[in-house]
Amino acid sequence: MERREFLKKCVMVIAGASVPLSALTLIDPKKVLAANPDIQWAFLVDTTKCVGCGFCVKACKTENDIPFDAHVSRTWVERYVYTKDDRRYVDSPNAALYGFTESRIDLGRGEFKEIDPKNVGKAFFVPKLCNHCSSPACTQVCPVGATYKTDDGVVLVDRTWCIGCGYCIMACPYAARFFHPVLHVADKCTFCYHRLSKGLDSACVNACPFGARKMGNIHDIDDPITKIIMNERVGVLKDEFGTKPQAFYIGLAQEVR
Amino acid sequence: MVGQIAQHAMEVHGEAWTIKELFTLPNEYIYWSIQIVMYPFMTGLVAGAFVLSSLYHVFGVEKLKEIARFSLVFSFALLPVAMMPLMLHLQQPFRGINVLMTPHFTSAISAFGIVFLTYASIVATEIWLVYRKYFVETANVLMAKQNRSMIDNLRMMIFQALTLGAWDISHEAVEKDHKACKIMAGIGIPVACFLHGYAGFIFGSVKANALWMTPLMPVIFICSAVVSGVALCILTYVVVQEIRKYMAKSKMARWAKDADAPNAEELEASKHTEVMISSNYLLYFMIAAMTLEILDLIFRGYTQVKSWDILREVIMERDFVKIFILQYTIGNLLPFVMMILPGRTVRRTTIATVLVLFGVFMMRYNVVIGGQAFSLSFAGFMDYHLPIIPHNWETFKEGLLGAMTVAVTPFVLFYFINMFIPAFLKEESTH
Repeated sequence: MERREFLKKCVMVIAGASVPLSALTLIDPKKVLAANPDIQWAFLVDTTKCVGCGFCVKACKTENDIPFDAHVSRTWVERYVYTKDDRRYVDSPNAALYGFTESRIDLGRGEFKEIDPKNVGKAFFVPKLCNHCSSPACTQVCPVGATYKTDDGVVLVDRTWCIGCGYCIMACPYAARFFHPVLHVADKCTFCYHRLSKGLDSACVNACPFGARKMGNIHDIDDPITKIIMNERVGVLKDEFGTKPQAFYIGLAQEVR
Repeated sequence: MVGQIAQHAMEVHGEAWTIKELFTLPNEYIYWSIQIVMYPFMTGLVAGAFVLSSLYHVFGVEKLKEIARFSLVFSFALLPVAMMPLMLHLQQPFRGINVLMTPHFTSAISAFGIVFLTYASIVATEIWLVYRKYFVETANVLMAKQNRSMIDNLRMMIFQALTLGAWDISHEAVEKDHKACKIMAGIGIPVACFLHGYAGFIFGSVKANALWMTPLMPVIFICSAVVSGVALCILTYVVVQEIRKYMAKSKMARWAKDADAPNAEELEASKHTEVMISSNYLLYFMIAAMTLEILDLIFRGYTQVKSWDILREVIMERDFVKIFILQYTIGNLLPFVMMILPGRTVRRTTIATVLVLFGVFMMRYNVVIGGQAFSLSFAGFMDYHLPIIPHNWETFKEGLLGAMTVAVTPFVLFYFINMFIPAFLKEESTH
């Protein structure tokens, strides 16, 4: 073999080998999987279907051991009433645990406001829960790392490690967190992770008689929920905080915050 | 577990002192209550007291020598108290150590332990360097003493331990101490500012809170910290000097019986100069703090972003008395005028420092509680009612009594620390 030929072949071998070799070093399968795992849970709320029955809240409290008579809840329903004289009323009595059984609006401090039905312009219900944000403010601020995001996109709290400082509660723009009245640690919606991991629906999705609450895998393009999120006009709450919420809303009014 | 939970009478944390009005989200309460007001207030006092002591140690403001030494010892007494409100506030105080064990560094709070311990060791080192000569001398005197009583023996052991085995008090060695002390104080100033600026960052970085979120917060906190720290040092210094004057007159204390003990007139004279000079520094920092706070307010009012409607209602209407009357007028303007009017006296300055301390406390209160006075829905309000008579452990520790405990502790600690590290010493024992 001539020297020229030898060098030529060497260059070819190196160039040819470097492509697959670099792939071996650069592509860490764990990283690829983390960046694009098979499952990424997302929530879809169809506000046009919600009637404010409160079954979801009841189911959630029962499923997740949140005491009924404690005035906190992992999920809640808000009622919005707009009058024709351009006034807006919002309430969520007892987080809508027992639904909206009264037509008058709860103004807090034991005061109520009766609205003349003829004066109502529009009115609707908005169910809320933890948005399981892509870049959650709550997990960022936890000083001990007791709250974290799982690979499949659910934000959880380690009850054995939480110190109860309340920084995550302060950092959440959606007021989705609270102190558990018995365990005295931060608590929040888990998307019923214990049910999800068994292939079941979350308790609130299961309890909703009108299909206003749904869950799906946003990384599966054949998932019916993903299709709705991709094809229809959906909104998220408070996107100005940059938290990238993963709870999507159909029929979101701009006044809903 | 369900059965166990059902038996409890359910009161959620925060429910005892929060009154909700109009539309607030179900999980919203005033979670950060009076102890979180005390936390920046106390760390502010620590940082401020240290900065005052550094004026002498680093910048060589000779006239502040006595109050500087006093402030250094006092800031040491204040140190453990900066942590107390946090521990009283935690829902799981026994897990507080987790912050040091598994710090999660994306959190602003996670570095607290590190910053705090760094600062604590700087203050401790500086005190040791300043007082080493005194420790050695006292230990030597006690060791030379015949027929020591049990208390003498105990004191001797403590002072021997305090020397840490460094018995050399030759001129060169003491000069070295002096130099090292200057360096420690120099490092201490940025660390003290960091400790407190960082408390401001904890609030300023909460993007969900419209009132807190401003990059000015750490700077505002540092300035008001120095203001409160200097004010407290002046106040305590004057009070302690008054007590010493009384003791010197009536020869009550052991030191007062010494032949060369300072008499009441000498004490009065030194008090006057020290108070006058430190109150000048107080004025400078007050100007800076007030400028920044008002700038923040004007900026919010001028830019009128989405949150302004609700903030305006909180600031201008609901908390008007707390912010504009108690904080700005009584806590800032009045003492400021009292101190700049000609013919300033020690008495007038002392009254002014009380008002300044009150003003800074109200500023902390208005930031911490005011920041939680409105709902994230921007459609409702929350009113804070400080629990005065506790009906359980929670309303004790996060009520008036808990706050008073925190406020009183530094003075109790100072009393004991002063036994071994006397804040007032004759010239030659320290530098």
